[in-house]
Amino acid sequence: MKVAVIIPCYNEEASIKKVVDGLRSVSLTEQFELFPIVVNDCSTDTTLDVIKKLEVVYLNLAINLGIGGAVQAGFKYALNNNFDIAVQLDGDGQHPAEQISELIKPILCNELDVVIGSRFISKEGFQSTFFRRLGINYFKWLNKILIGKRITDSTSGFRAINRNALEIVCNYYPDDYPEPEALILYSLNDLRIGEIPVVMKERSGGVSSIRSYKSIYYMVKVTLAMLFVYVNLKFNGKRSAL
Amino acid sequence: MENVVPYKIQIISIIGAVLFMFLVFRLIVKRKLKIEYAILWMLCTFVLLVFAIWRNGLDLIAHMLGVFYAPALIFLGAIFAIVIFLVHMSVVNTKQEQQIKDLAQQLALLKEELGKNK
Repeated sequence: MKVAVIIPCYNEEASIKKVVDGLRSVSLTEQFELFPIVVNDCSTDTTLDVIKKLEVVYLNLAINLGIGGAVQAGFKYALNNNFDIAVQLDGDGQHPAEQISELIKPILCNELDVVIGSRFISKEGFQSTFFRRLGINYFKWLNKILIGKRITDSTSGFRAINRNALEIVCNYYPDDYPEPEALILYSLNDLRIGEIPVVMKERSGGVSSIRSYKSIYYMVKVTLAMLFVYVNLKFNGKRSAL
Repeated sequence: MENVVPYKIQIISIIGAVLFMFLVFRLIVKRKLKIEYAILWMLCTFVLLVFAIWRNGLDLIAHMLGVFYAPALIFLGAIFAIVIFLVHMSVVNTKQEQQIKDLAQQLALLKEELGKNK
């Protein structure tokens, strides 16, 4: 199986090389092959130069689209080039590349369509700050209400999806803070979602896009987005979001 | 009921409406304004012109609707029209953002496909 590992990055000159190298050192089995696909979201630093030297497939966005648009560009590449699985791996080095094989295992066995790497199952590694965990608990509750499923880490960007899910996200994927909303999208399209425990690191470079007053905006925006995508899919029929 | 609007302001209103209409036409001719948007503006100007000429009209309608102060009707109508138009602009803006996103992604994918990234 061909696995596209989509690495969106915006100003990650300090960490992108480490992330790609980490990915390359993942021991492969006969079951799958990993292809890193770096998406440069119009970085203003030297990220592009660093990527060029890495000799990987990369997509260079001419304008800054935000995380959702960047990841979606990668999804579209994966779909167009007949990849079987797409994995999202953040360019800041938080996600553990060595755990990709465990992440995609449920898809390889055809047990799940979407697999989320969760920090909060084994409760090991970087657990984020108190207020973030509070927010994550809120999303856990909201998810439970909307899709009736317990997702411990709905904000985790470390995910693997199969072709069924790829077709959906190529059609519509939220622009900013896409992760919790995408879960509703998958769930209402009758995809099988599951989590596996992963250990995340603290970011090795760059800063989080969600800080201070933005966190309030984040909560409101994501809540509304989740509700609206829910209403859209529930009442306008499936696979028609936007 | 007579002379609710003094002549002076009536003349100014008519001139203003005609000038505005002229401006909209000019923008269309120069292809700086799409007909789709222009229709709305022409409609606004038309309404403006009608009430500038038909002086008792505003008072009559206000009276019919039970509006005590006739000019308040103008403000109500104008604010309503502006809000509708702003929502419409937000819709147009959203659509354009979506299209720009699609284009940027397609461009990046094409560049990769053509090997221009190497």
